[in-house]
Amino acid sequence: MSDIPAPIALLAELTHRCPLSCPYCSNPLEMVRGAQELPTEVWADVFAQAAALGVLQLHLSGGEPAARRDLPELVKAAREAGLYVNLITSGIGLTPARLDALEAAGLDHVQLSLQGVNAQSADKIGGYKGGFDRKMGLAGLIAERGLALTINAVMHRSNLDDLPRMIEMARELGARRIEIACVQFYGWALKNRAALQPTRAQVDEAKAIVASARADPAERLVIDFVPPDYYADYPKACMGGGWGSTGLNIAPDGTVLPCHAAQTMTHLQFPNVQTTPLREIWYGSAAFNAYRGDDWMAEPCRSCPRKAVDHGGCRCQALALTGDAAATDPVCRKSPDRAKVDALLAEGDAKGPADWAYRISPV
Amino acid sequence: MSVPVLPRGVRLHDDRVRNCKVLLGPERALILDETGTAILAAVDGRRSIDQIAADLAQRYSAPLEAVRPDVTNFLGDLAKRRLVDLV
Repeated sequence: MSDIPAPIALLAELTHRCPLSCPYCSNPLEMVRGAQELPTEVWADVFAQAAALGVLQLHLSGGEPAARRDLPELVKAAREAGLYVNLITSGIGLTPARLDALEAAGLDHVQLSLQGVNAQSADKIGGYKGGFDRKMGLAGLIAERGLALTINAVMHRSNLDDLPRMIEMARELGARRIEIACVQFYGWALKNRAALQPTRAQVDEAKAIVASARADPAERLVIDFVPPDYYADYPKACMGGGWGSTGLNIAPDGTVLPCHAAQTMTHLQFPNVQTTPLREIWYGSAAFNAYRGDDWMAEPCRSCPRKAVDHGGCRCQALALTGDAAATDPVCRKSPDRAKVDALLAEGDAKGPADWAYRISPV
Repeated sequence: MSVPVLPRGVRLHDDRVRNCKVLLGPERALILDETGTAILAAVDGRRSIDQIAADLAQRYSAPLEAVRPDVTNFLGDLAKRRLVDLV
């Protein structure tokens, strides 16, 4: 137990219900219905358990967390537990009165997602007419109150060319930080990969734009950039520091996962906070120990010096593309399955823009 | 005469699990050593960087020439990361 670090972050998916229908939604294909969501007091107890375990940052997410009527109570409970509370929202459903209630409850930070730089592009990808205008209105209300704001820009083939304008908008809206997250291919996004996969030229251009903004001494915006990993030579690190090392994710029904994409791992049994204490889940469950450390690794990872850097790459991606969750992430140039990723990229380039299937919200 | 302040969304947290102070901000959790803790504890929105350096030098009986660069660099770095505002 002593060599397992305490977790730093908890991503709480309060609900899978959402007014938007983004085709790259990070929720699993099989979503939790509203009636199965954890009640307020159970979440409050989970937040206290998480803080006692060492969690510092709580990300309230969804679906759309504002779809929970008890959101201010949940924020209050989390602050009382001693957590830093970040709200990850589409903004839909946040009225001035609700924003006041959240502020009074001690909300630390708002992360507002933008799907595009204008109503036409944003509302098309979100599948929600009028969404963009409401987000702009909400950003104004957040700025008026002086709440800390991050713009979360989800980028893909049809909006990556708008990146300069997106960065400019984040400045105009008074954000201190922008998170430029290129769609990663799991769940809904993997289903819609052909429509969402940017071209290599788009990605190179985006990297250059980010590098030049970061190098500008006058640039005050903090820019976090997540490039699409299919074009990389080496995989992204599993959960930053490895499986079960830094964070955990709790689904609306209380299922605890090492990562939000892990529900595809049907060979693992994920415990539930309604029946098992969070401490026991973190330190003792088979699911959280499955890919900890490097005993589970096969070659080429086992003898690779990069294993301490990327921890074999993403387990969920290994499973999705190779069928084996313990395989080397196929993005890696050393993976015997790298050709599978290259084939997907070649297919995307050959086909060009495709249509996507929208996510469907549970009731 | 720049005065450091913690902006909204950034706060000092007493981590009782790791037994240290942590600076918490948007998607950031900075575990602080003793020096960082002492500097940030002195950030009160009134004292300038120079005053903070002078106060710390006196408190720890250290030469000001040694303390001032540490304080300036530490707060300057946090300002670049927007975890501190210099007003």
